[in-house]
Amino acid sequence: MGSFLDAHLRLRRGDFALDARLSAERGEILALLGPNGAGKSSALRALAGLVPLVAGHVRVDGRDETTTAVEGRPIGMVFQDYLLFPNMSALDNVAFGPRCQGAGKAGARRRAESLLEHMGLAEYAAVRPGNLSGGQAQRIALARALAVRPRLLLLDEPMAALDASTRVEVRARLRHWLEEFDGVTVLVTHDPLDAMVLADRIAVIEHGAVVQQGTPAEVARRPRTPYVARLVGLNLFRGQAEDTTVTLETEGDGGAAAVQLPEPASGPALVAFPPRSVALYAEPPHGSPRNVWRVCVDGVERFGDQVRVHLAGPPDLAADVSPAAVAELGLVRGKTVWAGVKAAEVECYGA
Amino acid sequence: MTAQHLTIPATPRRSRPRPGRAPWILLLPALAAVAFLVLPFAGLLVSAPWPEMGQRLRDPEVLDALWLSLVTATVATVVSVLFGVPLAWLLARTEFPGRRFVRALVTVPLVIPPVVGGVALLIVLGRNGLLGTHLDAWFGLTVPFTTAAVVMAQVFVAMPFLVISVEGSLRGADRRYEEAAATLGANRATVFTRVTLPMVLPGIGAGAILCWARALGEFGATITFAGNFPGSTQTMPLAVYMAMQRDPEAAIVLSLVLLLVSLAVLVTLREKWMNT
Repeated sequence: MGSFLDAHLRLRRGDFALDARLSAERGEILALLGPNGAGKSSALRALAGLVPLVAGHVRVDGRDETTTAVEGRPIGMVFQDYLLFPNMSALDNVAFGPRCQGAGKAGARRRAESLLEHMGLAEYAAVRPGNLSGGQAQRIALARALAVRPRLLLLDEPMAALDASTRVEVRARLRHWLEEFDGVTVLVTHDPLDAMVLADRIAVIEHGAVVQQGTPAEVARRPRTPYVARLVGLNLFRGQAEDTTVTLETEGDGGAAAVQLPEPASGPALVAFPPRSVALYAEPPHGSPRNVWRVCVDGVERFGDQVRVHLAGPPDLAADVSPAAVAELGLVRGKTVWAGVKAAEVECYGA
Repeated sequence: MTAQHLTIPATPRRSRPRPGRAPWILLLPALAAVAFLVLPFAGLLVSAPWPEMGQRLRDPEVLDALWLSLVTATVATVVSVLFGVPLAWLLARTEFPGRRFVRALVTVPLVIPPVVGGVALLIVLGRNGLLGTHLDAWFGLTVPFTTAAVVMAQVFVAMPFLVISVEGSLRGADRRYEEAAATLGANRATVFTRVTLPMVLPGIGAGAILCWARALGEFGATITFAGNFPGSTQTMPLAVYMAMQRDPEAAIVLSLVLLLVSLAVLVTLREKWMNT
């Protein structure tokens, strides 16, 4: 419990309840990833003190901030649409925090000026927020949040208000500034790419609970819920492992399906494999040890330069094949095919 | 129907969907309403004693009443803003027991006849009134029938307009800006002065205009609580009423002046504040 950020957030809003434990070390960037309405923004607002906790605690840098008022917390926050004060210049926006913390007018201005300069924004000092582009407004908002020398930096969907064409560049810059920050950064996003690129660790929040925590690589390789599996583009199944076979839990009729593993395992297990390692055949294939299932084509859609084929099983899975294969196999909805995956392509981990 | 006018429709008129004619059942009452609201003013203009207008306008009694009206209405508005904005903030931004009840009380002066308000003020602040006795005994202050009483009567009837208007714009303002300010370390007072106030300034402006117009036209509470003394408590509406008793032409002149001044102020301020 010696983490720089150590929080147990329990809150309630009508029917919705959140119960999440979050922790991060100094200098770490933690992404809260989850679908809309999962409670990740509520978690962020609770860290800021903007919504009250029903129970739990918030500790930052060894100090208990659970009952500290918003204005007394060692935080800086970047809001989803930045919320730069429209009646102030960019400079005054950045100088606002230091002023509130008791800095003199000149001192606050100097701090704001040096921050703007450091972030390459000096030329926008006199500009009103209404005349800034999305990317510029985001950086001003970040500068404003950093100007109060926070220990905990909170970013709510920092990329959501940007159009697609500027995202790549803005994301790279944001990563750069966040790396410089020596406290803990918590950022909320529903975009797995933002989480993967910006964060050191990801906490996936679904239905008001943290369902998975880990590095981006772990989350991408070993998703624990269907939502995460969809985000990172993997087929995911839950089942019971025994020796090199996992018997899958399948819903409804259809009978049981099994997945062959490269190595023995036991107990409740998750298995994952990417759609591109699924091969489709018109006839049952022979030869190398494979997982082969008889499945039915449920739908076909374009996916980059490949075609994603949704297959109804058991097990239900997705396969990425070339457009040529679609034509050769005559993959139309309702067609029965055989899906094969090499055991070596299958990742198996404890459920 | 100039040539320039004819060149405008780049897309042919027919291509635009036509909304259809306004139905008679709405159009007729609407026209009647306009006529009813505008005709009396037209009547004023027609019956005004135009040849002697200049001379009548220089009448010191007219000028005194006009000056008193403008000053008291403005002071009443300033007082209403100073006290009404904090009250509106309290109603819009805080939860306290009986908040709804206080809100209902605040709006009472909107619905009661002003003369009742004047009676109530007199009962409380009159020389023998509940508070008035003490004011007289301790400070030697007598409120009724002074210019201060005019202002108080106006504040009484006009401040609710301001409170309601400002409370509405406070509720409509994006509170996330206030949250942003709080995360930057601003306490509630700073949030109010540096973030909330600039956001609701148009609402305060609109409320102040309503308040000023209501104060300028105030009659019932004023004549009851402040009396009708030329120079100290006889405002324009009172002067109009008095003139009507003895010299209807003078009443017309006074009415026109009041109409003109209110319109001028409202039009100017409306441009600036309301942008509607």
